[in-house]
Formats: sequence, structure tokens, C-alpha cells
Amino acid sequence: MSKPIVATTSLAGCFGCHMSFLDIDERILELMQLVEFDKSPINDIKKISRKCDIGLIEGGCCNSENVHVLKEFRENCKILISVGECAIMGGLPAMRNGIPLSECLEEAYQNGLTVKESNDARIFPNDPELPIILDKVYPCHEIVKIDYLLPGCPPRADLIWEALIAIITGNQIKMPYEVLKYD
Amino acid sequence: MKSFTQKVIDKYNRDKTRLMDILISIQSEFGYISQESVSQIAHELHMSEVDVEQTISFYHFFSMKPTGKFSIYLNNSVVANMMGRKEVAETFEEEVGIKFGNITADGLIGLYDTACIGMNDQEPAAIINNHIFTKLTPFRAKEIIRDIKEGKKVQDMFTASFGDGANRDDLVKSVVSNNIRKIGPILDPQYKIGDAIKKIIKLTPEEVITEIKSSNIRGRGGAGFPTGLKWEFCRNASDGIKYLLCNADEGEPGTFKDRVILTELPRLLFEGMVIAGYAIGAVEGILYIRHEYKYLEEYLENILKVAREKNYLGIDIMGKKGFNFDIRIQFGAGAYVCGEESALIESAEGKRGEPRDRPPFPVEKGYLDQPTVVNNVETLCAAVKVMLHGGEWYRSFGTPESTGTKLLSVSGDCRFPGVYEVEWGFSVNSILDMVGAVPRNVQAVQVGGPSGSLIGSNDFDRILGYEDLATGGSLIIFDKTRDLLSDVVLNFTEFFIDESCGSCSTCRILPSILKNKLEKILDARGVKNDIAEMEEWGKILKASRCGLGQTAANPILTSIKNFRHLYEDKIQKTKDFDSGFDLWRAVKEGCEVTGRVPNI
Repeated sequence: MSKPIVATTSLAGCFGCHMSFLDIDERILELMQLVEFDKSPINDIKKISRKCDIGLIEGGCCNSENVHVLKEFRENCKILISVGECAIMGGLPAMRNGIPLSECLEEAYQNGLTVKESNDARIFPNDPELPIILDKVYPCHEIVKIDYLLPGCPPRADLIWEALIAIITGNQIKMPYEVLKYD
Repeated sequence: MKSFTQKVIDKYNRDKTRLMDILISIQSEFGYISQESVSQIAHELHMSEVDVEQTISFYHFFSMKPTGKFSIYLNNSVVANMMGRKEVAETFEEEVGIKFGNITADGLIGLYDTACIGMNDQEPAAIINNHIFTKLTPFRAKEIIRDIKEGKKVQDMFTASFGDGANRDDLVKSVVSNNIRKIGPILDPQYKIGDAIKKIIKLTPEEVITEIKSSNIRGRGGAGFPTGLKWEFCRNASDGIKYLLCNADEGEPGTFKDRVILTELPRLLFEGMVIAGYAIGAVEGILYIRHEYKYLEEYLENILKVAREKNYLGIDIMGKKGFNFDIRIQFGAGAYVCGEESALIESAEGKRGEPRDRPPFPVEKGYLDQPTVVNNVETLCAAVKVMLHGGEWYRSFGTPESTGTKLLSVSGDCRFPGVYEVEWGFSVNSILDMVGAVPRNVQAVQVGGPSGSLIGSNDFDRILGYEDLATGGSLIIFDKTRDLLSDVVLNFTEFFIDESCGSCSTCRILPSILKNKLEKILDARGVKNDIAEMEEWGKILKASRCGLGQTAANPILTSIKNFRHLYEDKIQKTKDFDSGFDLWRAVKEGCEVTGRVPNI
């Protein structure tokens, strides 16, 4: 039987979840025995090249490109997992959701204290190549169907490891109380 | 402003439990409560500024920003919409030149939405500077704005004739109509104030309670707690000053019968309060009236004054040594949740109207932490008749489980909206006949307001009563031309979102999530699972602290139960999952702000 294929991506996140993923340390060698990786920042493959078994999503969606990538993952992954607070709830980027978009952009590109030198003309970035910002930051499950949620900011390495192993081996994941308690 | 504020603070003896009255006076004088006033109040009442501000921010009719010399609050309830609110609102916006939620640059006029103002039988209606305007049309809206611009006073803007009955009284002079369609023992105009008081002072308080208990009367606000039992609990509660509160907050959309009692039979109500006060041993009664009925203030105060002069209130009432009782009127400031008894108590103490944890119940620890009875207006009126004619007589009306009569507030698609006093046990069908609705044209009836149930023709043979369809008395009728989901259920759900006090996370969050689901279904993006999820999530609201939260999903839950086909017709048959996300819609704002063309 061929090895399960894993793809990962970071949308509106900080790569912290991926860093936490790398914190599985030497177990990554074990993981390489168990799975193959497709698109992922870890191996720097930019595009999904085949049907995958497991997709890990870090971050929610703040722009149109995030939405496209997320949809591409959904189309190609049998199991899709929201990893971490931003993917699950929008996280820190979603703090802008209570502020009108125009105010956010004005603060960032026109009125902010540090804008002066960097943006003399006071224009909003508008190159057609750039993704378009969304009206608010969306958690992933508000855009596509998400199968599992891995909580944490970031989810600890052990949790990510346990989750992957559980899916690969078909066993129940162990989620002790401490894993879901953050205060 | 400073000296006025000081005068008001002094008038209420720098008593922080009278903060509501202080704020109401300042708000109606200046159209807003300034930061300076807040500081002054906080200083004089020995409170922190945020304590003053949190009370202000809780209530719909308080504002820390100017609301206009003329602030127009146009009702946006379901029935107002059915009766043509949209055209009236558009006319107001056109004539004034601003959108709702704003104030003109010169500060003359402010336009605001407001929840049901208790005029469901004469919609669309608006409140302008505490005066009520009913049956508005685009033509009237134009006239009103023209009059404002010409500098007329609000009281000079009415059309030629006032409403019926005491609405014409010199101290009321209102265009509101009573629309009393059917009278019974409570609304019987052959009533003389004082007879019941004369009778009860010959009895002991315990004998009064026994009589009330024998009538089996239950609370008329909707919850139906046995009144005699409540009085007895309070009477037997440990020592302390006892209070009687009368709940005239009547915020349930579609309910307006208390307004009619306050207009036509205020003496009956006050006598009921005196009787309850005697029975429980209270020396003070507080009539808590919703802000929307502020136009009755002068009239009611005058009746109290006369009652004091005649010794129906005051010291040694009607010559009974040691029987002292007086009544004060407390106005609210626009908050549905204050109809919940513990929230009402909080509000009467000058605080945010947030429901308390129970126990302790108000009969043990209520107003100012003293034993308190909170009764509905109608309950107290019925108590007078019970004392006059006896519990046995009262039991001859209604059903064994639900004795007596009920005042119904009927509105919506029928020929004769208004107030009907009927015996408990009437079927919905017979009520539809009575009010001039053609049952075969009726699609649905909302029984008991948004917190009650939306029922269809299968349930029209059910009866009104605590044993079947319990109701605070609101019946809203919808004919077959109405879109129940978008016109009714969505509006009611938005109402609950607006009126949540925010204490419980269930009530703060779930109604918004449910509304999003409903909108998704109305948007033709729903799937089967959405209906199941709404039903499941709706159950969680039962964990809320008060009745508002616990019933906030009822418009959705009862419409799914009784009109499931309306939901099923709108969901997608070919898909199992649809998040409802629309990328075009999500990038629209971003494109507008940055001046880009969507190229998704």
C-alpha cells in the first residue's frame, strides 16, 4: 500500500503552527517513513500536484488568494484539518472584523504614523496581481467543509503528531484535558 | 445644563437608586446626556462615571450623543412593516435628508428605529419627543416634517381628533385609540374606586390572601405563577420592608393591553396595588411603566394625587389605623428584558436591567434586597374583582386549570385589531372568527409574542390557557400573503439580538448565529443539515439565565416545528454541504475602497 500523502499551507497565519509542527523534532524522520509530502512550506513544493489524503490548514482567510488555496485543498484532500486558532476562529487577524475595512486600510496606508516615507502618494495597494482583501477575516469552516479542528495557538507539537498518527493508523486520538485547557 | 442637572439630582435627594429618573429628566430636557452631566451625576451620587455610563448605555432611549431637538423613533416591528412602515420610513428619510440612525447637521431632527411601542393595533406608529403618532402614512410623515421645520410644537402637530376614551383627557390628549372590542369582568366600565379597599380593610391580610388563593388566579404576564402563593411567600418572608412592584413594562411585541388598562382603568390598577400592598404588608408600591408610555405620565400622576386626597393612598388608608401605602411611578428607558421581574427590579434601582441569578427569588430578596412581589398590571386588576365578588365567582370564568379571563392584544391581518377580554379556554379558531379574520385565509398566528409560538392551521383548534397555549395575551395574525420566514421569523430573531442584555454567552451569541443560518437559507444557500443544526443549537439557549434568553430561539424553533415545509422548500436538494460563502460578496467592499475591479 502506498504511503498517505500530506499537504500543508499557511493562509492568514503567522507560520507559528508550522513552526510548532517542526517541533516534533526527530520524529519528523519517523513521519517521513509513514507519509509523503506534497505542497508544503516544509519542502517548498508550491502547488498541489496530486490527490492528497490529509490537508493541514494554518490561518483563516483574509484575501481572495487564501480562498482559492483553501478551495484547492478541499478539492484535493480527503481529510482537511483546521490547525490552530486562526484557522478555527480567525485568530489575531480577525481583530479587524469589528472595524470597517476602509478604516483599517486608511490606518495602514494613509494615516498611520509610519506611513509617511513609505507611501508618499497615500495610495492603497491596487496592482491587479495582488490578492483582493476580504470584507472580514473568515475562519476556514465558514468557507469550505472542515473535517477536524486542532486547537491551540499554536497547537503543541505533540498534538499535531498525535493527530497525524491517529489518522494514519486509524486509531482514536488521545486528547487529554490539558490539551484543551489554555489558561 | 449644569444647573438643570443639579436641580434634578437634588429633586431625587442624591439617591443613586433613582438614577433612572435623573437620567430620564436630563435626556428629555436636552435630547442627550453629556459627558459633563455624567461627571456631575457621578460626583454628586458618589458613583464612578462608568457606573453612570453603563446604565446609560443599557437603555435604548438614553444617548450620550445628541438625538435631535425632535427625535423620531419609528417602530420597526413585524406588524408595522405589514402596515406600510417601509414607505413611511422612506418618506421620513427623503424629507429630512438623512438615513435612519442619524441626526441632521443642524441638530433639529434625528431618525431612529425602535422595537414595538405597544401600538400594534394602529401601526405604523412613532414616538416623537414622548408623544405618540399612530397610523402613519407617507402623507402624514411629510406633514410632520413640514410642521417641525415650520417650528411647531409636537403637541400642535396632531390631526383634528384625538383617540377614544381617556385618550381625549386634558392631561393625555393623544391620538392613540383603545380599540376595546370585547369587555368582561376586568374591563367592565361599571367600576367604582374604593369599594374593594373598604371591603378588605375589614379583613386580615391572611384572609385576603386566602380569598385570592381560592380564585386560583395565576400571573398574567405569561409565566402563570399562582398569585396567592406569591403573596403568601412574600408575607411570610423574614422581616424587613416589603415592596410591591407592578410590571407595566409590556415589551413583548404585539402586546398592548396594559396600555389600555393604564389609559381607561388606572384607578382599578391602583386599587389592586393597594390590596396587594395590604396583603403582603408593603408600605410602598412602584408602578414600573415602559418608557414608550411616557405620554400617560401627567394623567397617571394626577390620578395618584386625587387618590391621596381621598385617602385611598397615604396614611391610615380609609380610616384603617396603621394601613399605610403609597405608590410611585417608575419609568423605564427602553429595554425589553426589563419585563423580566428581576431585571425590572434592577432597573427600578437605577441600574442596568440585567436579570439576577435565582434563587433568591424576589419574594425573599427583591427591590433593595427586601421581600418583593412583582405582579402584572392585569393580575392586580383581577385581584380587585376577586376581592369584590369572591374567589368562587372568579372561578366561574375560564377552565379549572386557568380561571378567569384574559385580555388579548390582537393585531395583524384581521378586520378588528384591538383588546378583547375573553374567558380562558377559547380556541384560536373562535378568536379568529371574533376578530374578523377569515380562518381559511390565515396562514399563521403568533401566540404570546416572539417568545411564544408561531402556529399554523393544524393548531387552530387548540385553546388558550395554561394547560395548552399559555400566553401573555399577544396574538398576531398573518394571512397567506405573508412570507413567514423573511417577514416574521427574521424580524423576531433580530429583535432578540437587539434586546439581549449580553450577560449570558448563549443569548449573546446563538441568536446571531441562528440568524446567519436563517439568512443563508433565505439566500437559497441552505442545506438539510442547516435545519437540523438550528434545532440543535436552539436547545442550548435553555441554559440562559432569564426568559428572554431561554425563548430567543422560539421564532425559529416553532416555525421549524410548524412550518417545516417553508424551510425545506428553500434548501438545496442536490448538496449536502454549502458554507454559504460568496467570494464576490466578500471582495466587494475591498474593491470599492481600493478602487479595484474584482478579478477573482
